[in-house]
Amino acid sequence: MKKHFSSLLGAVLATGLLTSAPVASAADKVTMGFIYVGPKDDYGYNQAHAEGCAGVQKLPWVKGVEEASVPETTAVQETMRNMIVQDGATVVFPTSFGYFDPHILKLAKQNPKIQFLHCGGMYTEGKHPKNVGSYFGYIDEAVYVAGIVAGHETKSGKLGFIAAKPIPQVLRNINAFTLGARSVNPKATVQVIFTGDWSVPVKEAEAASSLINQGVDVLTCHVDSPKVILETAERRGIFVCGYHANGSKLAPKGYLTGAEWNWSKVYTDYAEMVKAGKTLAAGTIPHLVRGGLKEGFVKCSDYGPAVGEAAKKDAEAAKAKFMDGSMVIFKGPLKNNTGGDILPAGQEYKQQDIELEKMGWLVEGVLGSTKS
Amino acid sequence: MSSTPEAKVAVATPAAAAGRPPLPWRPALEGVVIPVGAVLVALALFGLFCFVQGRNAFAVFAAINKAAFGSWYAFQNTLVRAAPLMLTALATALPARLGLVVIGNEGALVMGGLAATVAGLAVQTAPLLVVLGVMLAAGMIGGGLWLAIVGALYYQRGVNETIASLLLNYIAIALLNHLVNGPLRDPSSLNKPSSFPIPDEKMLPVIGSSNVHYGLFFGIAACLLAWVLMEHTTFGFKVRMIGGNIRAARLAGLPVALLGIITCFLAGAAAGAAGMVEVAAVHGRANESLAAGYGYAGILVAFVARHRGLPIILVATLLGGILASGGILQREFKLPDATILVFQGLVFLVILFSDSLYGKFGFFKEERR
Amino acid sequence: MGGWGVVVGVLSGAVRGGTPFLLVSLGECLTEKSGKINLGLEGVLLMGAMSAYACAYKTGSPWVGVVAAALAGAILGAIHALLISRPRVNDIAAGIAMLIFGSGCAFYFGKPFIQPSAPQLPGIPLGGWSDVPQIQAALKISPLFIFGVAMAFVLQWFFRGTRWGMQVRAVGDSPAAARALGISVPRTRFFAIVLGSALGGIGGAHLSLFYPGAWTEAISSGQGLMAVALVIFARWNPVHCLWASLLFGGAQAVGPSLQAVGISTGYYLWNASPYVLTLLVMLFTCSTKRTLAGAPGALGASS
Repeated sequence: MKKHFSSLLGAVLATGLLTSAPVASAADKVTMGFIYVGPKDDYGYNQAHAEGCAGVQKLPWVKGVEEASVPETTAVQETMRNMIVQDGATVVFPTSFGYFDPHILKLAKQNPKIQFLHCGGMYTEGKHPKNVGSYFGYIDEAVYVAGIVAGHETKSGKLGFIAAKPIPQVLRNINAFTLGARSVNPKATVQVIFTGDWSVPVKEAEAASSLINQGVDVLTCHVDSPKVILETAERRGIFVCGYHANGSKLAPKGYLTGAEWNWSKVYTDYAEMVKAGKTLAAGTIPHLVRGGLKEGFVKCSDYGPAVGEAAKKDAEAAKAKFMDGSMVIFKGPLKNNTGGDILPAGQEYKQQDIELEKMGWLVEGVLGSTKS
Repeated sequence: MSSTPEAKVAVATPAAAAGRPPLPWRPALEGVVIPVGAVLVALALFGLFCFVQGRNAFAVFAAINKAAFGSWYAFQNTLVRAAPLMLTALATALPARLGLVVIGNEGALVMGGLAATVAGLAVQTAPLLVVLGVMLAAGMIGGGLWLAIVGALYYQRGVNETIASLLLNYIAIALLNHLVNGPLRDPSSLNKPSSFPIPDEKMLPVIGSSNVHYGLFFGIAACLLAWVLMEHTTFGFKVRMIGGNIRAARLAGLPVALLGIITCFLAGAAAGAAGMVEVAAVHGRANESLAAGYGYAGILVAFVARHRGLPIILVATLLGGILASGGILQREFKLPDATILVFQGLVFLVILFSDSLYGKFGFFKEERR
Repeated sequence: MGGWGVVVGVLSGAVRGGTPFLLVSLGECLTEKSGKINLGLEGVLLMGAMSAYACAYKTGSPWVGVVAAALAGAILGAIHALLISRPRVNDIAAGIAMLIFGSGCAFYFGKPFIQPSAPQLPGIPLGGWSDVPQIQAALKISPLFIFGVAMAFVLQWFFRGTRWGMQVRAVGDSPAAARALGISVPRTRFFAIVLGSALGGIGGAHLSLFYPGAWTEAISSGQGLMAVALVIFARWNPVHCLWASLLFGGAQAVGPSLQAVGISTGYYLWNASPYVLTLLVMLFTCSTKRTLAGAPGALGASS
């Protein structure tokens, strides 16, 4: 506490303010700023990033500064600016998709020496400032594996997916889950419900109940905080696959597996690069960083007690193919759920294909529509 | 509802008692000491809260001051946050003079932002000033009509204006979500559904080399205009007359419904202008970030400023400063994100309480007892 | 289940989702009958949900949680009541300040309780006669719903048949007349607001301890604010609050239920349907010529 006080006094006395203590003490440290759109402990998206921040801070030469519940308004511009000017951050991670345009783009132009790394965005060469980069994990790989397990364990053949919004990141997971399930159970269908917002627990519980009433016996989701959905499924005695973080404690009986982020790996990689003096502008830090199971960006939860041997065998086989790079999720012949063709036989979208990050379709077997 | 705060606020200024010299500066001093005292008390309470949570209260105060008012750099953050609050506060403040409690600020902001976006996209190839002028007009009309509904429902059908305006907030946000996820959606706005963007070069610029955009001028100008309109024109006089006694105003032959609906329109126009500023200066498009809570904060600003144009500028700046200091509490003191809500709540509770203290202290009377 | 699933879903959603509406609107009804509005019930709801979850987790008993929620609500209500009993303090403004303060406190003190799982209130299985699991699940009723229904009738009787109820109504209709009768206006309002907020707090307990049954910062989606509209919809009649709450709760379930059978367009607009409905009802039933039947005369006046 005393340290804070003296450094603050110094800051207040020094009219310059910009040259306050943090910058000086950060000379030998890499200061990284992390910005979250919601509370840090939401059992979901933001918590996964906050755990990544905690992970990278295990490196003795990294100082992390965090700000949570920052809305996608001028507030995030202010936060990035404060982290750079007041805390001496040389790299910032604004982790919500909505921070990118216009907020990150604006600040990146004003601060060419700072690295702006955005989660999930699409950096476009020539269009966006050179000090902007984007990173994301191919979490659809883990979701595909979860789909395989779900396809095995369902008795009704009806799976349910509770999603926030029909946007590419979400559609990709719905499709991967469906393809995974249908790879082992071709008759399986996935009913989707869009709640319309990232965190609306009552609607999520309502969606879970109505899916279960329609005979769905395995649920999964893509919302900010899956807690309510996991607990509702457990109470109604059906299976559930987790998302964002390991939720097995919330559904000890029905938890099959789940897709989890491993951001501390990503953030540690970036920290090493920044320490080595690499920059985005010089091209020594890649502008697009992506990785899946193989790169350790994402992982699958341990199997729950209900998962049978057959399911484990197929799931492990798929994982092994992801690990050696031979697995392609989206390959032809691929039809959408209105009967149209997405890919003819023999063609495929590899994971790195940027087309997948613009996804606007649902594959055959998904019951639902991308219209709002 | 017919709350008439201003009728009660006016502190009696009795003529100086015979034989004693009048002290005219004392009532004026009251108007300074009470609000300043309230802020100090709120700070003390918050300091106690921080102390209980194991933080050095004085260090926290120093940090808040540093983050909100301590330097030109910090003060810019405060001003950026204050600009939309000045505009949304007027959406409550103007109808309050009629005796109406309107809380439809958020909805009017959203509708203004939507209208400004649609209009701006339609004329995006025109010169900068034309684009901005059309956007501002559309935003003000969009927001204005939205709250004019509240006025019309009240004066034509007797529908409670507080509830109607609250409901219209939810309806406006649902419309916004429906439109930007559906009919208005730019297909290339991938993971954050948004409308098509206004071209960068057609956006409302920042003032000089600062971080503050011209929306601040809109806010200050609107508050000044509202002050002149309400305190120094016959329109304002008539409005205040309706607020004072609606029956007397009817008997005097005032077109009560028309004046009321016009005032609600102006109120909505102010919040609509805030929506236009959010689109034209910040986001460049319409999306869910338009509903960021400026509307609800504006209601409080209006009440704390007792619905007067000039104090709104000050109160909005104070709240802007509080909001701008939220970050440093997290980054330097590892206090949770909710701390700033507790602080904000305390400040407003104490300031509202302090309103009831006017006239309670003999010292501030014009004469000695 | 198909189409019947929608019906069952909406009906059971009405009971589950309607319970917080019911409790918080009964609280608001009691408050408004005394002539004041409490917009801060949204903060009360959150504080109730948080305290209920925290205390249930710490003590292992969800019932202790319900009591804690009522107490937390009562404390916030007492602050609100003391504040608006002062001259020149507007109840709407105080309500919004309390909303910010209440949600701030709930979020601040609720941080350590997001992760753990607290024991839940036991559901009352009224569906034992059926062997259809959907029906059984739908008829597993929250004990707080039963409490709410009982409270609706108790309040109805309280307003119509008891001396205290008459006092509250007198204060709400005409404070001057009540004063002339020797009734203490501030004291009556204090009790009405504190008890009303305690009911609101219990509504929060339903959210965190029964349905959806978790503590997160997004647990309430405006039910506290909507209660104000709901009370008008119900004409300040506690039993009508019950029907109106079921309607609002059911409306929340319409969107997801329709999507579950494949009708998926326009869910944002569906979600706004209760608000549009309330506005339309107000539009068609209000009149400038007379005040609404049941409306407390002093509501919104600055006395």
